[in-house]
Amino acid sequence: MDTRELNSLLRELMLAGYERVVLRNVCGQRYIGTRLYSPQRRVMNIEIHGTPGNDLGAFLFGHRIIVHGNAQDGVGNTMESGEIVVAGRAGDVTGMSMRGGRIFVKGDVGYRAALHMKEHDQKRPVIVVGGTSQDFLGEYMAGGIVILLGLYGAHNASFIGSGMHGGAIYLRGSVRGAQVDSHVLISRPDETDMEILRDHISGFIERFPDLSLDLEYILDSEWTKLSPRSSRPYGKLYA
Amino acid sequence: MRSLVLPDFTISRSEECDGCRACEHQCPFGVHTYDASNDRMVSDSRKCAGCQRCAVFCPKGAIEIRPAPSFYRPNASWSRERIEDIKRQAETGGVLLTGCGSDKPFRIYWDHMLLNASQVTNPSIDPLREPMELRTFLGSKPERILLRDDADTDPVLTLETPILFSAMSYGAISYNAFQALAIAASRSGTFFNTGEGGMPAEMRPLFKKHAIVQVASGRFGIDAEYLNCAAAVEIKIGQGAKPGIGGHLPGEKVSKHVAATRMIPEGTDAISPAPHHDIYSIEDLEMLISAIKEVTNYEKPVIVKVAAVHNISAIASGIVRAGADILAIDGMRGGTGAAPKVIRDNVGIPIELAISAVDRRLRDEGIRERCSIIAGGGIRSSADVVKAIALGADAVYIGTAALIAMGCTLCQRCYTGRCSWGICTQDPGLMRRLNVEEASQRLVNLLSAWSHEIKEMLGGMGINAIESLRGNRDQLRGIGLHEWELDLLGIRGAGE
Repeated sequence: MDTRELNSLLRELMLAGYERVVLRNVCGQRYIGTRLYSPQRRVMNIEIHGTPGNDLGAFLFGHRIIVHGNAQDGVGNTMESGEIVVAGRAGDVTGMSMRGGRIFVKGDVGYRAALHMKEHDQKRPVIVVGGTSQDFLGEYMAGGIVILLGLYGAHNASFIGSGMHGGAIYLRGSVRGAQVDSHVLISRPDETDMEILRDHISGFIERFPDLSLDLEYILDSEWTKLSPRSSRPYGKLYA
Repeated sequence: MRSLVLPDFTISRSEECDGCRACEHQCPFGVHTYDASNDRMVSDSRKCAGCQRCAVFCPKGAIEIRPAPSFYRPNASWSRERIEDIKRQAETGGVLLTGCGSDKPFRIYWDHMLLNASQVTNPSIDPLREPMELRTFLGSKPERILLRDDADTDPVLTLETPILFSAMSYGAISYNAFQALAIAASRSGTFFNTGEGGMPAEMRPLFKKHAIVQVASGRFGIDAEYLNCAAAVEIKIGQGAKPGIGGHLPGEKVSKHVAATRMIPEGTDAISPAPHHDIYSIEDLEMLISAIKEVTNYEKPVIVKVAAVHNISAIASGIVRAGADILAIDGMRGGTGAAPKVIRDNVGIPIELAISAVDRRLRDEGIRERCSIIAGGGIRSSADVVKAIALGADAVYIGTAALIAMGCTLCQRCYTGRCSWGICTQDPGLMRRLNVEEASQRLVNLLSAWSHEIKEMLGGMGINAIESLRGNRDQLRGIGLHEWELDLLGIRGAGE
């Protein structure tokens, strides 16, 4: 089944009032969940077996998508609300420009994850990653929360937070100053931060029980917080 | 640091001045003040932007603003502008910003092309008596006519006149100006473009049939609902005034309502990076176009807007092949709320050359029908519209002309947010100066006037439908142009 046909079918199912759909043998079909906008805010649960293609849940409007396997690039691109759970790894630009909802990735994410993620009013997007990310994590980040649990190795990404002017990145473990953009402040999480971490990491553990993670053990580890030094990085650039 | 820059203007005040202080109230740059000790008005000409607001609103007509007569020793290489730009940068260490389009004397090709008129063999048409068709359809057209009930055609935009308002975001322009454009577009049967600032929620149900919503690299104000509350979606890759440059709305312009519309926190910088970081190739562009078509259920045409730059025809070919229904090209004279001056004045090419090159390339490749072309960036009159269409555009975007219709005097201080005419500001006091109803009526009048003029020009050429003018270069002749320019424009010289 090609991308357009699959998404038409999903839309029909949503409009017919179905609330749960299971897709099997998914093989590279793109934009799953994208054609599910409805002014009445109907919400579906979509379970995917196989490998969805790029832009999974792009512009997602309140739906919940679970992938039993890996996802490709652009997971949750500009999503508005809802939840995406990937029980594998996710590709580049995961959560790009996302402005609400949550993404949980069991494995690693690719380059430029959380690129230009933003927040507004009550909407605060969250990405929790079991492993780590590639370079340019949180580039131009303007809001929201990214948590890297570092379960499978050290954080080796460079250029973290280039142009970052909002939001926060929490890393379990540490990063060297050279890996992080000069606009970014490296600090230790305080109590409020730990509450945020507790909330979202328990959500992660709930979604991946097979990892048998102990919440307290994870929270007791060394944590690093990256946040912008200023919300106006270019305030003095112009004459 | 003391400024060594000469004032641009001199302000003279005649004896008619009765000290009513209207000028003081009108000037947002703080030029005029009342000197109580001498009971008279005084002016600081260094602060004057030349916006002419005080001159227009002086009840006695007592104020006159003129270019300052003072000059440095004349030097062909070091003009006053070059000297003062250096002084400004030496004082601040910053990038020089400016608003509006380039004011440099590049050749304006519109003024070097002349239209045809029918005389004897093919009679002219009188538009006052005969029906003239200005209705324009923008979007992908079928390659051949099919008479089938289930024929699946792509969505198109229907315009009553081949003129649309180009992208001007809420944030860059005021709420009142933004509303005026929306109202005028809906009354005139055309479209306004939200720019990259999103669309205020309360405006969505009222204007969704006449709105083109924009997806720029910062993805401001974008969610599925926004994209579905529009007639078309435009992906902005570049704009004429600053090709290759991102957008940057400074934090002080991000008011509460602007923040809510852009979906960002109040008072933070709204940064649109120069590239779309998810687009590194034509294939990536194809993916964003498809994602937008998916989220809007294939019900809306997708526009891709690029700046007119070198090699634009190859770029255009790629964009059409990526699935864009409409290609918008913005020439180097396009306006802006804020651009680095050096970019505005040195990057890009004029729109006339770009349309011509793109139209020809798409025809040569046999893909012209897949995509409509909107030309923008330097359209100043109805004659420019007609010439643009004859060169190969389907319709035009007007930005600066629309602002002028609302009262803009091109003082080029948009980036300060202190627009004295209430157009390019978020200051509630200044914003109130622009009456929404009056401004929208001026815009409607402009479109109606240009439409009448276009009909007259078409009639003169013996053409009764704008569709027949598209790419009809035989209606144009060049004057005062070099051979290569005539070749590029695809027109013959006057007299041929």
